[in-house]
Amino acid sequence: MQTTFTSSRILLPVRPWFIALSLIVALLLNMLPTAWWPGVPDWVALVLCFWSVREFRKVGMGWAFLLGLAMDVADASLMGQHALAYVLLAYGASSLSRRVLWFPLLQQALQILPLLAIVPLIQVGVRMLAGSDFPGLGFFVWPLVAAVLWAPLSLLLLLPQYQPVEHDANRPI
Amino acid sequence: MAAFDHTPPPFFKRGPAPLAMLTLYVALAVSLLVLDAKFHYLDLLRQALAVVTHPLQQLAHAPARGLAQAGEYLQSVDTLHDENQRLKRTRLESAPLMLRLQQLEVENARLRRLLAVRERQSAGGQVAQVLYAARDPFSRRIVVDKGQQDKIVAGLPVVDDAGIVGQVTRVYPFVSEVTLITGKDQAVPVQIVRNGLRSVVFGLGNGQLELRFMPANADVQEGDVLVTSGLDGVFLPGFPVARVLKVERDSSYSFARILCVPVAGVENFGEVMILAQREAPPPLPDPAEAVDGAPEETVVKTRKTRPLRRP
Repeated sequence: MQTTFTSSRILLPVRPWFIALSLIVALLLNMLPTAWWPGVPDWVALVLCFWSVREFRKVGMGWAFLLGLAMDVADASLMGQHALAYVLLAYGASSLSRRVLWFPLLQQALQILPLLAIVPLIQVGVRMLAGSDFPGLGFFVWPLVAAVLWAPLSLLLLLPQYQPVEHDANRPI
Repeated sequence: MAAFDHTPPPFFKRGPAPLAMLTLYVALAVSLLVLDAKFHYLDLLRQALAVVTHPLQQLAHAPARGLAQAGEYLQSVDTLHDENQRLKRTRLESAPLMLRLQQLEVENARLRRLLAVRERQSAGGQVAQVLYAARDPFSRRIVVDKGQQDKIVAGLPVVDDAGIVGQVTRVYPFVSEVTLITGKDQAVPVQIVRNGLRSVVFGLGNGQLELRFMPANADVQEGDVLVTSGLDGVFLPGFPVARVLKVERDSSYSFARILCVPVAGVENFGEVMILAQREAPPPLPDPAEAVDGAPEETVVKTRKTRPLRRP
């Protein structure tokens, strides 16, 4: 069986404001009261991971650091706890991006899962070094949920980049 | 003018190497972590960032708050009627006490003056609405809607209608964070009402509190009520804190294991009261001078030497 580069479908260039908008919406989703429930994914990490894989030139560790600081303030956690986790996530995602995009969406999710699992691991490590208690295994569930959401999220976030369906016999591509 | 610019675009423009950037950002994050965890230097940075995140948080919590308000509005008349009845009854029940309280306070003040004891400070403060619980799963904190604008400072005690809830730990321009007494290692100096035994109660982080370092034969019973002793100079004395839930006396340990539950609705959402700053307690005697001589002399000595030591 031949591997297919599923992202080889020709996409329009991404609009920077759409990236910013999606990240702000993710930040808002993270601040919802429902973010308390176990298994609700860290939306910022997920969207950041998506853009780091897709557009690692545009969204990189700088964005990750700033968003991490914002989450630290919003969550009242230690300053730099989210920032450190997100920066490592963005680095991992951008270094894997050339490989990950060759796989179909479901297999991409499998490769994204360990990347996302870095985030809670780093956070727990940092907080336990600072003297907090272990928060329970429920804290590590969300990367699984996020990996399941990878395929629908990819389709959703790529929606504005799909070409309009108009078949032109004279156009070469 | 880009169309007339004939210099070719640079090939392979990549900026600094990713590994170098990673090192830089990780170093930044780790230094922030150390500064925050060890030295608590970052309050100003937090306040600056909160200017951006606070409106977003308000926005995110607006739907939930709207739903709650709608729910309250649609609450049936029966429930409200019941609640009204109950409140009237409790008011009547506590009326005799309340009516005499004023007279008792005056009498108490007069007696204290007669005995030349320092007068008790009366409690005052501001009512604040609990906005939400901080999402951090490692600590127990709530956010209330009073901040620097309302002259809140870090360290003020927070109470509800039943007892102590916690202490203000971080202040932002419009909101402030309250660390609950059940937070891990959050300490409150307490006194047992029944026999006046003093101790310190520590939060366990799971919604319970523990009286630590009490000898196995200490006179603590299940159901004892703990009130603030006021020895810390932060909490006013006499506020209920917790009730003893379980006392385990194991002869193989020298300390009893005493678990308590908070009296106040610590994990509930609603309204709390941030008490005003307590008057400063008298200065501690200098430990070096307290060793020799009678305590009275020491106090006199300390008072004499204190102005000289301050530059």
